[in-house]
Amino acid sequence: MVANGTIRERAHDIVEEFGLFDDWMGKYEYLIEIGQALPSLDNRYKTEAHRIHGCQAQVWVRPEMKNGLVFYEGDSDALITKGLVALLIRVLSGQPPQEIVQADLEFLDEIGMKDHLSSTRRNGLASMVKQLKLFALAHTGSA
Amino acid sequence: MNATGAIQDHIPEKFDPAEVRNLFPALAREVYGKPLVYLDNAASSQKPQAVIDRLVRYYSSEHSNVHRGVHLLSREATDAYEAARKRVVAFINAPSEPEVLYTRGTTEGINLAASSFGPLHVGKGDVVLVSHMEHHSNIVPWQMLCETQGARVRAIPVSDTGEIIYEEFERLLSERVRLLAIAHVSNTLGTINPLKRMIRHAHDMGVPVVVDGAQAAPHMKIDVQELDCDFYAFSSHKMFGPTGIGILYAKAEHLETMPPWQGGGDMIETVAFEKTTYNDPPHKFEAGTPNIADVLGFASAIDFLEGVGQNRIAAYEQDLLAYATERLSEIEGVRLIGTATDKASVLSFLIGDIHPYDAGTILDRLGIAVRTGHHCTQPLMRRFDIPGTVRASFALYNTFDEVDALAAGVRRVKEMLG
Repeated sequence: MVANGTIRERAHDIVEEFGLFDDWMGKYEYLIEIGQALPSLDNRYKTEAHRIHGCQAQVWVRPEMKNGLVFYEGDSDALITKGLVALLIRVLSGQPPQEIVQADLEFLDEIGMKDHLSSTRRNGLASMVKQLKLFALAHTGSA
Repeated sequence: MNATGAIQDHIPEKFDPAEVRNLFPALAREVYGKPLVYLDNAASSQKPQAVIDRLVRYYSSEHSNVHRGVHLLSREATDAYEAARKRVVAFINAPSEPEVLYTRGTTEGINLAASSFGPLHVGKGDVVLVSHMEHHSNIVPWQMLCETQGARVRAIPVSDTGEIIYEEFERLLSERVRLLAIAHVSNTLGTINPLKRMIRHAHDMGVPVVVDGAQAAPHMKIDVQELDCDFYAFSSHKMFGPTGIGILYAKAEHLETMPPWQGGGDMIETVAFEKTTYNDPPHKFEAGTPNIADVLGFASAIDFLEGVGQNRIAAYEQDLLAYATERLSEIEGVRLIGTATDKASVLSFLIGDIHPYDAGTILDRLGIAVRTGHHCTQPLMRRFDIPGTVRASFALYNTFDEVDALAAGVRRVKEMLG
């Protein structure tokens, strides 16, 4: 699924959606739902090359350049982690590499998921973001 | 006042977990606006006020470097530091003080044994025997030793219940085993290994034994003479003491032949550029200014443990374990990993197909601190073909109500993720 709009607009939509839930449980249930809705990555792409390290769960992300835009697919064997992967893909996939490199991703804080970015959480969200950006950075010249 | 202080005064006469709980200030805090349910004791336990006070008192009015100082403060610090060693000697029933070495913790103790004792016994083509349930800390130092010596590490297989397969152990012992390194209690499964019997068998074959006691020392009385182990390593921070301090017990006969591990102050007798001579054990193995404050804090933790009574603690923890096992077993889809007959209060489990990370995240939000993942036992996880477990580990200050909170939390996890 590729959403419309800029990174900022897509992030804003996500913040509004999570704003509908007033407690952590609702937010997490919604995150889990988002994770469940993300199509699984084809097994042949679940390779070491696509693996994000630093995660207690297994996480794979497969980036691809198409017409000067970066597209991401991803997966995880843990649902909360997969929900976070799905959010990142929804915000970043189909964007120009330069935009991805500069994205601030503050929305994770606004929806109450910021602590997942901490390296001590061992879910690798921080390394995930780094990998997504690194791929974009490598292609900033081709846009 | 001696190294230990008068904390007995604070320990309730009869063992009452609610009262014992009050001695631990951290247990009063809230997380996410909920009371903290701390079930990560196998990773590290909380500290009683007496231990915290001991550290503060030392730094407030007693601090000075130990050994060799002629002034009063240094003599007092040295006396307290060496009195603490006597405390440890009695605690594990070691034959003498020189056999009790201060370390940073279990990991450093095992590394010391591997680095200094290992090369004396393990040579080319030899085998270091470990078990499949070992913590990485009791695997990697031996792999490093084997790499330099041209030896290899072999693992005793573990049954589906999480117990050493004894016949396999006996069979493996008949190979070129020069050293056995084994956990007293498994940090992931809770299994209490039949150490005494294993050590006897190993000794029959002339094999010395290094014990990783990190998970045993908080839960049971350790008697190194009764076990007859050659080395026994454990950590203060898992037994209500400070972090950064641990013990390596080593038989005197080994310490006499072992070369020093680290060089520096305190471990020498005389230093000259032509030739340096070494101090006697234990100081020969304690180079540099030691962790004086935490040694004293550790002695307070031992006072606390013995004050409450190790047998009473063990009995209460066994009740908690039995209750938790029962409460979790009645939840459909919960699978316990590690169902040995003899267990310490460690409960590893999986909830259906739910990833341990997901379960741990939800439990955390409910105020329940558990550990998730491979628990530094990746070979064991592969043995059970699982990515990790959720591990609840209980200490003397945990309550039956907290077990109920865990069971309710697990049901909530199932609702949200199942």
